[in-house]
Amino acid sequence: MENNNYMLSVKNLKKYFNTPGGKLHAVDDVTFDIPKGTTLGVVGESGCGKSTLGRTILHLHPKTSGQIIFNGRDISDVSKAELHELRKEMQIIFQDPFSSIDPRMSVKQLIAEPLKIYKLCNSKEEIEQKVRETMDTVGLASRLADSYAHELDGGRRQRIGIGRAIILNPSFIVCDEPVSALDVSIQAQVLNLMMDLQEQRNLTYIFITHNLSVVKHISNDIMVMYLGTAVEKADSKELFKHQYHPYTKALISAIPRVDIDNKSDRILIKGEITSPIEPPNACRFAPRCEYATERCHNEFPQLEEVEPGHFVACHRVRELNNL
Amino acid sequence: MGENTLLSVEDLVVKYFLRTSTCEAVNGVSFTIEKGERVGLVGETGAGKTTTALSILDLVPNPPGRIVSGKIILNGEDIRTKSIADVRKIRGNDVAMNFQDPMTSLNPVMTVGDQIMEVVRLHNDIGKFEAMDKAKEMLELVGIPGERYLEYPHQFSGGMKQRVLIAMALACNPKLLIADEPTSALDVTIQAQVLDLINGLRERLGMSLLLITHDLGVVAETCDRVMIMYAGSIVESGTIRAVYKNIKHPYTKGLFGSIPRLDIESDRLEPIKGMMPDPSNLPEGCAFCERCPNAVEACKTQRPKLEDIGDGHLVACFNPLKEEA
Repeated sequence: MENNNYMLSVKNLKKYFNTPGGKLHAVDDVTFDIPKGTTLGVVGESGCGKSTLGRTILHLHPKTSGQIIFNGRDISDVSKAELHELRKEMQIIFQDPFSSIDPRMSVKQLIAEPLKIYKLCNSKEEIEQKVRETMDTVGLASRLADSYAHELDGGRRQRIGIGRAIILNPSFIVCDEPVSALDVSIQAQVLNLMMDLQEQRNLTYIFITHNLSVVKHISNDIMVMYLGTAVEKADSKELFKHQYHPYTKALISAIPRVDIDNKSDRILIKGEITSPIEPPNACRFAPRCEYATERCHNEFPQLEEVEPGHFVACHRVRELNNL
Repeated sequence: MGENTLLSVEDLVVKYFLRTSTCEAVNGVSFTIEKGERVGLVGETGAGKTTTALSILDLVPNPPGRIVSGKIILNGEDIRTKSIADVRKIRGNDVAMNFQDPMTSLNPVMTVGDQIMEVVRLHNDIGKFEAMDKAKEMLELVGIPGERYLEYPHQFSGGMKQRVLIAMALACNPKLLIADEPTSALDVTIQAQVLDLINGLRERLGMSLLLITHDLGVVAETCDRVMIMYAGSIVESGTIRAVYKNIKHPYTKGLFGSIPRLDIESDRLEPIKGMMPDPSNLPEGCAFCERCPNAVEACKTQRPKLEDIGDGHLVACFNPLKEEA
């Protein structure tokens, strides 16, 4: 029944947090599929729920409702023991290479830790062998094996994070802003590494970032999120050519461009992101949208396919874009 | 020095003297900023951008840092020969600085209005109520309703805090605004709002801008001229068009190759291999030599000087890139 070409299918996933002010809708009714060996880029600004989405998929946060199907198997409600086994298959790379790594462990220990947790090796030699291989794969010189994180720069630390994620040979990795703490030249090195790994190991990525040029570079499909909801989803090239949702348009036009001959006309959005606590059941972008009508303030728009493979959640999408 | 020159930095050398080593943060940097000009200073972490900016205001933390040599001439007078009291008058009044992190640059236990008022009263001999009106006016100027005067920084979002800092920096009509990564901590749509604001205000108030950033796109959209800095030296500078369209220095090319482009389809990025040298242990020759695909014999032993290759386009390289066919 389930399509076997999908590594991950997420259906109507919701994650609400309880706060003193009411329920905070961090992820609200998000649905998508990721084909095997491809990358889904998730973009949005701070507080749009993109990190929560990644973490909820990995069961790092318990979900509120919805279905998660991983490799053809429903993992929405798995036991702790099953989850432990599943984690071998699904890993995460964290944003901040400065705080996500234990400062008291050496590079060697850090990379070996997953192997020890899963007791996958029978001897110390085997562990060392695997650690050496992994360090080599992620481009860490073997002389650094006994170094500690504080002796290394951000790019190398992030390589440790990648090493820890791939040593168990997972098939799926959630990359949560893996390059945003790095300088551009180092960022490019790490992005290239991640793309090489994907090609060699047929990895499937969810790539979460606020950096639109990075996401265009690495993703096959892109999903744009705004305040917990998916507003637009399409093939990466298609999305950068045609944007249909007013928020996506503004977001893409706001990227500062290096190309000085082709200046885009920036669309400035008024105001700031509204509160995600107990939001009205309506379009989340409506308060800032210049095209908003009565209907936008009263009815929640569902994602609909306006062109093959191009999904938009906007009541006025057809009328505004002459589709 | 031309009549229109507002600031001229000549052969600036700044070092941080640490217990075991000496960090050469800025090594002989020279540049000028004209009245009303917008200049971008681009480089990666540790290139010496912020130290250069701090030197202009004589704010390099001392110890361990010290301006070893060089001149900083503002309006025809060398700041380094002035007394502390005189320099204080310049800070905030003639030259204002906007720091990177809006979350930590504001005092959390003072209302934003009082913080702006503090600046106004320090530099102008005016009464409390007049200063309060001025503070409200500044808030309105950066697009914050004046009645939020009595609120505390935690009640503002990141973009709003950055606006408050801009209001504070502009409160005394400075001739030069130094903005140190003003938008790096902000989301793109908010970044667009803040850049728009800085640009609009600069035009209205006619001040000069020194924008420090690592984002080549931001510079392209806001500045007239750009200076690329690497390991404490300016390696290339010129008008935006000259530098972006006719890249001469291999490091500049590496920087451009590292950014994923929206306008060009490419499969792989072309990053610069290796890393920036340790500033306490700079090589004898060109600091970029080890990572440079164009390096020649001279690069290992001599430091290249900035030379004009026409149209005010300056490059410090023994073997600059050729014109692309």
